[in-house]
Amino acid sequence: MIRLARHLGFALLLLAIGAFALFPFYHALVTSFRSGSFLFVPAMLPEALDPRNYELVFTQQDFGRTILNSVLVAATVTGVSLVLAVGAAYALGRVRFRGRYALLLTILGVSMFPQIAVLSGMFELIRALGLYDTLPGLMLANLMLTLPFTIWVLTTFMRELPKELEEAAYADGASALTVVTRVLLPLLWPALAPTALLAFIVSWNEFLFALTFTLSEETRTVPVAIALLSGGSRQELPWGLVMAASTVVTIPIVALVVAFQRKIVSGLTAGAVKG
Amino acid sequence: MEARPVESGLVRARIRAAWIFLAPTLVVLLAVAGWPLARTIWFSLTDAELGRLSEARFIGFANYLERYEGEWLGVLADPLWWDAVWRTLWFALVSVGLEAVLGMVVALALNARFPMRGLVRAVVLIPWAIPTIVSARIWSWMLNDQFGVINHALMGLGLIDAPVAWMANADTALWAVVIVDVWKTTPFMALLILAALQMLPTDCYEAARVDGIHPVRVFFRVTLPLIRPALTVALIFRALDALRVFDLIYVLTANSAGTMSMSVYARQLLVEFQDVGQGSAASTLLFLVIALLTLSVVLLGRLKLDGEAAR
Repeated sequence: MIRLARHLGFALLLLAIGAFALFPFYHALVTSFRSGSFLFVPAMLPEALDPRNYELVFTQQDFGRTILNSVLVAATVTGVSLVLAVGAAYALGRVRFRGRYALLLTILGVSMFPQIAVLSGMFELIRALGLYDTLPGLMLANLMLTLPFTIWVLTTFMRELPKELEEAAYADGASALTVVTRVLLPLLWPALAPTALLAFIVSWNEFLFALTFTLSEETRTVPVAIALLSGGSRQELPWGLVMAASTVVTIPIVALVVAFQRKIVSGLTAGAVKG
Repeated sequence: MEARPVESGLVRARIRAAWIFLAPTLVVLLAVAGWPLARTIWFSLTDAELGRLSEARFIGFANYLERYEGEWLGVLADPLWWDAVWRTLWFALVSVGLEAVLGMVVALALNARFPMRGLVRAVVLIPWAIPTIVSARIWSWMLNDQFGVINHALMGLGLIDAPVAWMANADTALWAVVIVDVWKTTPFMALLILAALQMLPTDCYEAARVDGIHPVRVFFRVTLPLIRPALTVALIFRALDALRVFDLIYVLTANSAGTMSMSVYARQLLVEFQDVGQGSAASTLLFLVIALLTLSVVLLGRLKLDGEAAR
């Protein structure tokens, strides 16, 4: 009896955790299929699947363009971060030199920078480069957010790789570039996927830079577009529309997270410094 | 004896290669982090305005504090700034505290063996992956005063008599911000704790079970002390993150003065009031707070940066 009660209690706890995590998203999904007066029905179950909001999201504005902008920015930022970080992680993780500790500390420090602390300086820089209200300007700014932690995570993984292969390659007269690209990089693949995913998510979700450094609808990214969605009346937001847009941009991320769950966890724990 | 010069030559070549690999990264970091930060600090000492950044003149610390015609002016003399400071600290403390407790519960639950554990872990991660702006929007719909599901549920349960206008009142709005932040960030905390739990040795648990020690006692006497270093790091990272909070408050509470965080306050000066000088001063102060906290954490030796030393 006690055993059964304990199992039941545990199942209930898991159910509560799952409900807490999923309910808001489920509620958004149900709302996104409601229009007109149905919006104000508090029922938990959908009564009909009305796709009107989804059509509106894409016809009322160029939401496809917005999504494309976000994908372009996030993919470029992720790619550039990874290329730079692999080299940096090799230097920081596998070569002993003076100042390595100070550099690691500085990079960790940069990942602690509040975005607001670089906002006015970054604004000036982006204006000076003629990149205001352009996607490259946003890509440049987002590097500040993704680069430090990609270096950090990859350095942790680099350190774990066996020494022997590298030594053997050097003994055969290979250059450092060959060692990194031919010997270490293939071993690093399992770490690259979660790191890339984390960088992509960070850039995909970024809001403050996108809000400040872009102006026109053509350069808007997803978070800004969703934050600025408003209806005809000032009083009430078009909730069905907002929830439809939210669902559209969340489902790919959710799919990625579910697919790569194990790898994300390993990336996250490597990124958090071991105490 | 002969081999040494060759070897040190190799070492030197590798160190040179290391610097070459580092160079592009350092250039980028200098450009996107170092330089903008330096300019922000410089702007905080000038009368810069958003439209005329190039005409900025040095005015000393007047943006921070200045006595002008018998009155104290500047960010440090602004009661709104101090409200934002205390509010941000309160927010960081309360939300990170709640996240630690809930994260611990979730981590302990996920550490047990049960069918479909992988699926449950993935489900738990979903709130963390949803863009902050989207979660803010979803929750403001749920907290909507007239049609929100939360008011409806609370009224159905008889806990409240009339719908609560959560966002109209600064106190409830701030709690709403805490709840959304807890919802969003507990998974992160739980997974960090879970990783620490899984590295624990199993033998002391065996011993405790054989001795018939109550699980709660085992938790406080064995588990908690063992995972404390990992927990401390997770808490510090989260707290530093919470001090920077912007997105959530900006979208959830529509920029009202009663719920401004330090970041929201600084951005309002910078962008809405176009006062880059004072806005940069506020940004610099936030940076100093976070830098001091980070430095003290590093100096206290909680973080071991060297992988070999940590193990």
